[in-house]
Amino acid sequence: MPLSLLLGLAMALLTVDLHAIAASRRKGCSHRVYGVSLTICIILLGTALAHLLGDRTPATLTLPLGLPWLGAHFRLDALSAFFLIVVNLGGAVASLFALGYGQHEQAPERVLPFYPAFLAGMNLVLLADDAFTFLFAWEFMSLSSWALVMAHHREPANARAGYLYLVMACFGTLALLLAFGLLAGPDGGYDFAAIRAAQVTPGAAALALALALAGAGSKAGLVPLHVWLPLAHPAAPSHVSALMSGVMTKVAVYGFIRIAFDLLGEPAWWWGGLVLALGGITAVLGVLYALMQHDLKRLLAYHTVENIGIIFIGLGLALAFQTNHMYANAALALTAALFHILNHSLFKSLLFLGTGAVLTATGERDMERLGGLIHPMPWTALAFLIGAAAISALPPLNGFVSEWLTFQAILASPELPQWPLKFLVPAVGALLALSAALAATCFVKAFGITFLGRPRSPAAAGARETDRYSLVALFVLAALCLLAGILPGLVVDGLSPVVSMLNGSTRLTAQSSQPWLTLVPVVDVKSTYNGLLVLLFMAISGTVAALLIHRFASAAARRGPAWDCGFPEASPATQYTAGSFAQPIRRVFGSVVFQARERVFMPPPGDARPARLEVELPDPVWDRGYAPIAAAVVALSTRFNAFQYLTIRRYLSLVFGALVVLLLGMVLWR
Amino acid sequence: MALTADYAVQGCQMLLTLLLAPLLTGFVRTIKARLLRRRGPTPLQPYRDLLKLLRKEVVLADSASWLFRVAPYLIFAAIWVGAALVPTFASGLPFSWTADLIAIVALLGTARFFLALAGLDVGTSFGGIGASREMMIASLAEPAMLMMVFTLSLLAGTTELSAVARFMLNADVGLRVSLALALLALVMVAIAENARIPVDNPATHLELTMVHEAMVLEYSGRHLALIELAAALKLLLYLSLTACIFVPWGMATAGAGPVDYLGGVVAYLAKLATGGLLLALFETSIAKMRVFRVGEFLGAALMLGLLGTLLLFVSRSL
Repeated sequence: MPLSLLLGLAMALLTVDLHAIAASRRKGCSHRVYGVSLTICIILLGTALAHLLGDRTPATLTLPLGLPWLGAHFRLDALSAFFLIVVNLGGAVASLFALGYGQHEQAPERVLPFYPAFLAGMNLVLLADDAFTFLFAWEFMSLSSWALVMAHHREPANARAGYLYLVMACFGTLALLLAFGLLAGPDGGYDFAAIRAAQVTPGAAALALALALAGAGSKAGLVPLHVWLPLAHPAAPSHVSALMSGVMTKVAVYGFIRIAFDLLGEPAWWWGGLVLALGGITAVLGVLYALMQHDLKRLLAYHTVENIGIIFIGLGLALAFQTNHMYANAALALTAALFHILNHSLFKSLLFLGTGAVLTATGERDMERLGGLIHPMPWTALAFLIGAAAISALPPLNGFVSEWLTFQAILASPELPQWPLKFLVPAVGALLALSAALAATCFVKAFGITFLGRPRSPAAAGARETDRYSLVALFVLAALCLLAGILPGLVVDGLSPVVSMLNGSTRLTAQSSQPWLTLVPVVDVKSTYNGLLVLLFMAISGTVAALLIHRFASAAARRGPAWDCGFPEASPATQYTAGSFAQPIRRVFGSVVFQARERVFMPPPGDARPARLEVELPDPVWDRGYAPIAAAVVALSTRFNAFQYLTIRRYLSLVFGALVVLLLGMVLWR
Repeated sequence: MALTADYAVQGCQMLLTLLLAPLLTGFVRTIKARLLRRRGPTPLQPYRDLLKLLRKEVVLADSASWLFRVAPYLIFAAIWVGAALVPTFASGLPFSWTADLIAIVALLGTARFFLALAGLDVGTSFGGIGASREMMIASLAEPAMLMMVFTLSLLAGTTELSAVARFMLNADVGLRVSLALALLALVMVAIAENARIPVDNPATHLELTMVHEAMVLEYSGRHLALIELAAALKLLLYLSLTACIFVPWGMATAGAGPVDYLGGVVAYLAKLATGGLLLALFETSIAKMRVFRVGEFLGAALMLGLLGTLLLFVSRSL
């Protein structure tokens, strides 16, 4: 009975929690909490993997909890099993990392109690099979992660991030609540089986989809609902940032997939178009924002926004194909999206954990004060480099495979009959290509400025390699990035039960029967890719070249000062910085997208002040979208503030007036 | 037996690209010199340069890391594999299904990623300026290239280069607007990616005008030889790509006899010579543009590619 095992383990995480509350200040508690979380996550991972690769019959369970007439329904099917794998893989690696990283925590009593609760919340969302349990677990996950964001609450930036996160989480849950309300209908059939069976009017279904997109999208970071994400994810301790960015956003995507593909019936054609357009905009804006950041963790958080965009492009294509009953193409798009979900959880966790290692070693996350870390921290640098190459979609690593599959899905789309989609899809394809190329630039910057060059501050110069636990965690993820890249056929086969469940039992042909495990999404005359052979070819030609040159030409090397065209400058301040690296991109894109302005302040001759370059980088989404709403809320509440200091007589007359108005309204409505 | 022969032909193609690449670069240089009424070096000069560099010792900057030493081999391997997967004198070779056109573009991206990192590694201002500008150019050139790929694969129904070449050999393709747009986009991208005039100047050593050369400024000896060879291979790759897609005539198919292969090689050499000649002519007749105009140049390439794709989404016959 795998489902009760899973539930029991999630409950066990909550017990760990109680222990953490009682003993968080004691010595060794950190080790115990993370150790037990690691063990539980591994068992959960194994169980989910066994279910996905094993018999796959959906298991259900009803507990007498929650709403009295409803009970708490739980269900384990292929979709939740896949997401359980993603969540618990991330959870296990983050716990392993935290075995070392957690030792440096200043305030363990603010992290330890909430960490297992956060993991349990995410697991429960995936297992929930009725709206009440789903929303309860969703809120539990939001609140426990909010507490983790507020772990270092004395910093004003973190407090602001926590506040914004709370507001956006409330908004998201409200939207989901309304979506489920619409789906359940007036009789309140809140368990998912009843929702699936119920027939909703097209208007209600469309509204429910929009609400689900807003609710899940605000948690996942879809533009324009992304504003909290780059503030909140970096504020938490790094292993929690890894979980929030790598894993919790995937739980949000799960929420959208569950509603859009499973609970809602037949999609209308424009649903796919809406999701596609949002995904394309999110991908490009996310990476452009990321390019402008100097804070390493915030750069990674913005980059999560980009990857969520890529995932939603795949999902939008799948919806569009499903509307037109092109299930083979829908299978391709779904496989691409699910593959990217897995990939992103791997490399984003890796990069956040690598940043955590940098943060421990230097106490800095501002790239302008880092540099040269590859010398003191070679292993962390290697792992971070693999993650950076993977997220930049470079073959033969895993990020390339899922983007390649998405491109193949886009290339299948001229067969779509709707004209708006015909115009939208190539434009989204261009946006996807642009975001892939910009991602490479972004990670050349992230890795190059942080790890290469010369140290820009004493903290960076005095860094030490991180501890063993953290290194093992980093290399587990790096190895998985490489494996998923060179053996994509196995991953695609593993995903096929999920795809067939969501897609009217159509899926891609089995890749394991292909020679050399080549990835052949449609037919082999159309497109094939083999990461293993690409890696082998590259490894052989590189090694043979190195051996031949060292054997027959020259193997001598000598160290000397840098050449730099004859004018080497000793100061590390002459290196390119994160800001200067991004300057050409800021010139090309920034002036259009962000209305970025650069001002050079050049003192007149004889004035000894230094010249200054000022960059103004407004955020259009915040300025145009959120600032007016915030201003309106403040103005309204100032207006209503007068009601706070009335006498009892006035309050009573207000109550009476309200009653009269409501009664009048009732009479008129009847 | 037939299989072994096919593998042998594949191996020949790999070696052929490697051996021809410096000759192509030398040939373009010679033609350019002649067009400027200089005598210029012989086309064989790049081989001599490479041999000289390979025999010299490497001088590493004090602040160089292991990445700086590994990167040349990685860059060379990635570009060589890419160049060997583009059909040159024969299509349908045994490993042509390993990577399609999108993957070849991405392999070039891998090489560029590590080259830019190597530029940042020593921590000099020139390395940084080169890396930053190279990535700016690439972040526009790569999407333009991918849109070109989209156009082609919508037309041919495949992203496999051998299949594209077979499709283009088909008589009923005819002249199409989308193909013309794709060709233009590809040429513009190729110019930018190979650091040719008007985007970058391969011959310059005036610091502020250079992009590619600034990135590799710290390299010496065998490392520099590998990077130069990789740059030559990249030029060859783009010319073979253009030839394979837009003038596939004369290409042998896999399993043909040695005579056909020989004919394919001769045709391939003729195509390369024509391409090199045109490139030299173009480069001598145009001035280099300011670096921030490159955005507009490549933006135009991106728009051309997108336009080609859009046309095909609207109608398959355009």
